Amino acid sequence: MLTDLDPAAASAAVGPVDGSPMDAADEVRTYLARQNGKDLLRFITCGSVDDGKSTLIGRLLYDCKCLFEDQLASLEADSGRFGTTGAGQLDLALLVDGLAAEREQGITIDVAYRFFTTDRRKFIVADTPGHEQYTRNMVTGASTADAAVLLVDARKGVLTQTRRHSTIVSLLGVRHVVLAVNKMDAVGWDRETFERIAADYRAFARRIGLDEVTCIPVSALTGDNVTKPSEQMGWYGGPTLLGHLESVDAAAEEKLGAFRLAVQWVNRPNQDFRGFCGTVAGGALRAGDDVAILPGGRTSRVARIVTMDGELEAALPGQAVTLVLADEVDASRGDMIVAAAGRPEVADQFAAHVVWMDEQPLLPGRSYLLRAGTATVGAQVTELKHAINVNTQEHAAAKHLDLNDVGFCNLALDRPIPFDAYADSRETGSFILIDRLTNATAGCGMIRFPLRRASNIHRHASKLDKAARAGGLQKPCVLWFTGLSGSGKSSVADGLEQELHRLGRHTMILDGDNVRHGLNRDLGFTDEDRVENIRRVAEVAKLMVEAGLIVLVSFISPFREERRMARSLVEEGEFLEIFMDTPLEVCEARDPKGLYRKARAGQLPHFTGIDSAYEPPEAPEITLKGAEHGTDAMVAQLIGELRRRAVI
Amino acid sequence: MLLDPLLDTRPAATGAKDRPATLSGDDLPAILTAPARLTHLQRLEAESIHIMREVAAQFHKPVMLYSVGKDSSVLLHLAMKAFYPSKPPFPLLHVDTTWKFREMIDFRDRMARELGIDLTVHINRDGVRQGIGPFTHGSAVHTDVMKTQALKQALDAHGFDAAFGGARRDEEKSRAKERIFSFRTSTHRWEPKNQRPELWSLYNGRIHKGESIRVFPLSNWTELDIWQYIHQENIPVVPLYFAKPRPVVERDGTLIMVDDDRLPLRPGEVPEMAWVRFRTLGCYPLTGAVRSTAATLPEIIREMLLSTSSERQGRVIDQDAAASMEAKKQEGYF
Repeated sequence: MLTDLDPAAASAAVGPVDGSPMDAADEVRTYLARQNGKDLLRFITCGSVDDGKSTLIGRLLYDCKCLFEDQLASLEADSGRFGTTGAGQLDLALLVDGLAAEREQGITIDVAYRFFTTDRRKFIVADTPGHEQYTRNMVTGASTADAAVLLVDARKGVLTQTRRHSTIVSLLGVRHVVLAVNKMDAVGWDRETFERIAADYRAFARRIGLDEVTCIPVSALTGDNVTKPSEQMGWYGGPTLLGHLESVDAAAEEKLGAFRLAVQWVNRPNQDFRGFCGTVAGGALRAGDDVAILPGGRTSRVARIVTMDGELEAALPGQAVTLVLADEVDASRGDMIVAAAGRPEVADQFAAHVVWMDEQPLLPGRSYLLRAGTATVGAQVTELKHAINVNTQEHAAAKHLDLNDVGFCNLALDRPIPFDAYADSRETGSFILIDRLTNATAGCGMIRFPLRRASNIHRHASKLDKAARAGGLQKPCVLWFTGLSGSGKSSVADGLEQELHRLGRHTMILDGDNVRHGLNRDLGFTDEDRVENIRRVAEVAKLMVEAGLIVLVSFISPFREERRMARSLVEEGEFLEIFMDTPLEVCEARDPKGLYRKARAGQLPHFTGIDSAYEPPEAPEITLKGAEHGTDAMVAQLIGELRRRAVI
Repeated sequence: MLLDPLLDTRPAATGAKDRPATLSGDDLPAILTAPARLTHLQRLEAESIHIMREVAAQFHKPVMLYSVGKDSSVLLHLAMKAFYPSKPPFPLLHVDTTWKFREMIDFRDRMARELGIDLTVHINRDGVRQGIGPFTHGSAVHTDVMKTQALKQALDAHGFDAAFGGARRDEEKSRAKERIFSFRTSTHRWEPKNQRPELWSLYNGRIHKGESIRVFPLSNWTELDIWQYIHQENIPVVPLYFAKPRPVVERDGTLIMVDDDRLPLRPGEVPEMAWVRFRTLGCYPLTGAVRSTAATLPEIIREMLLSTSSERQGRVIDQDAAASMEAKKQEGYF
């Protein structure tokens, strides 16, 4: 850490500090001014522990004198306990691996962030795991990186994992890629070995769209070409790794030049002030600029750019500001304020690359929460076009995405949101998918293009509404019967429909078995198909509610998430979930279609209750005890409930 | 505006616009003249403000842990900026172990008063009743009962669903692995092997009832960044960071300040007056002083740049066991 200070001043300061305060003040002021002039480069390193990745970072910290004596002392102690470099040698990798499990197993599980400074630049390194099972953690590191350093072992060359890491780096839009061919000491500093690996890699990189690649031969163990030019490799004329990282263009402008600001928080200290807080993305903003508020589309002008340090004439991308607009316009969290002359797309459908990060697979048709900027909307994958094998880059058909899978999909949202293509802007072209039940960050996505512009599709407004169609006879609604096979859903639904018919009400019944013979005959019983099965039925039920009917749906519908999705399609109060709470033993004893017997015999895979889960409702409107009451009693109970709820 | 007579090496700022933003002195703040790019401090500041606004928008009842140290001072300053002209929409919480330096307590109360922010102080009364202290029970038990358990009591009692902390990733190895939005179970546990992926600047603060998120807006700052920012923004810090003659005893190689008469002197120990200061602040019996004459901010920064030991060395608790921070964090320590 001494490198930036004047040596004479430094030696004076190490002795008793007896100079006047003004000397220190001037010296420090000069030093800090220089520090503040530096910019920041964020980069990731990828490769497995065998490639010497952690050693490389340890080497950078060590050579840049960013270690303190007590850290070195603790490193010496740890090297004795866990080290792999031999007695008396510092194992620099131990500087980086932070979790107890990582140190014991000698692998990197999660991203670690490290900080160091040189005379020219400040660096944040994200040390990312190389193992395939921790791909999601590598994606976390790559999402904010300006550059990536990929390590390969000179003895092994470009391996499957190098290709996997490159694919992810390319997908995440990391601009600068360095291939560090490590362990050159182990191949006798051989030029041909390096050039062969470099040529191999360049050919591959071009195929996946990585154009700017720099290849450097290094030895993290000895430090050759890491921070100092190698004497052993006089044949290499390029920069050292650090020299290269110091010179790459960190502040390369995003392609998008137009101003964006996702409204985070509305600032209203009193009646006279209404400010929209957010971080500038895309392009710069000047006071007086014309802006539009999306997705609504109203326009206004930026009256003031407010900060605690005073009002600004202009704000740059990356700056956190508060905007006051010239007009009394309504904007709230989730809206985006954009340059009126350079607007993003606004749509409720787009195509995107998705990296899946959850143990529970991504199922097309299942509803997730999507966060893009500050907007949170319901979303589903409507079509999984293909999965990308990150090891071979091949495209393959897929029904779902598992943990660490990458896919190219179409997504549909509950409502339109503003966005840009990820290639134009990382900030406004990215999103995460959140599991509605566990709240886990289940996946992330990079938007490619809108599928249709929502502004071009106008719903046809009908002159008649569903109440009119119901003719005052009834309140149209969905009665959703869920429960195990043999629980009595269909019998009760049939009985109820007959009773409603007798009372002169208009009904329709949708039964699982019947629908599977027609509309859904192309679907099987995998989790993906079950989700799609319910989605179609829910959409049909919705149309029938529009037609003014009381719709009785009798489906096992084992997953809470799909029942929630079905509920979300209709209006509040139009969806009554009826849980046929009949114990599995009773259903299995009844076994009206002989299905349980087959399932137990292994002839019927994915059978709910046997080898496929049933998730009971957490808060059904109505629960029927199928083992305790007869069909007539349950029909009577339901009629009572429908009257109480003013359905009939 | 923040005024602090302790930082008397330069004229005190009287208003935001008068504050020197660059170190060369009296230039106008750089942003007003539209620079080509942001400096690294501007980038760090903007990132922290973005994080704080996300918390204000995503949670029902956030709180800011205020430990009174230099990182807390920066955190509080950033919160004032993030919501200006409003006040930060959350209170401060200080977990008082009853063994903090007296000057910390004075400073804490003064800051809350001057900034007009709600301050909640929580003390583990059970621990006090049992007479838990660092001398009678050792640093590990004291820290667990009076700090970790006390913190959990306070978070539960008030139903806070998000809590800001001033931890930085450059402080310690397990911190280097922690997310900015760090999920805690309903029993306040951290699961280091199962953290939520955190991408771009999209922070997922969705939780179930009883669960919470610890938020670290200073994750990407280094110790030097903190001091540089304190210098640039003229942020008040506790006077204990500045050297002056103080009564200390040297014990097991560590200089302990005799802050009150609860420090039991060992046979032969006589407090001496020595020029010392503190690089990190906590419970006075667990916080080692360093010999120093650095009495101004520039002198402190120069001393730090020339230092050969990291700031956590002064903390007795980190030296208890290897990987001890990771273990404590899993138990709910900040």
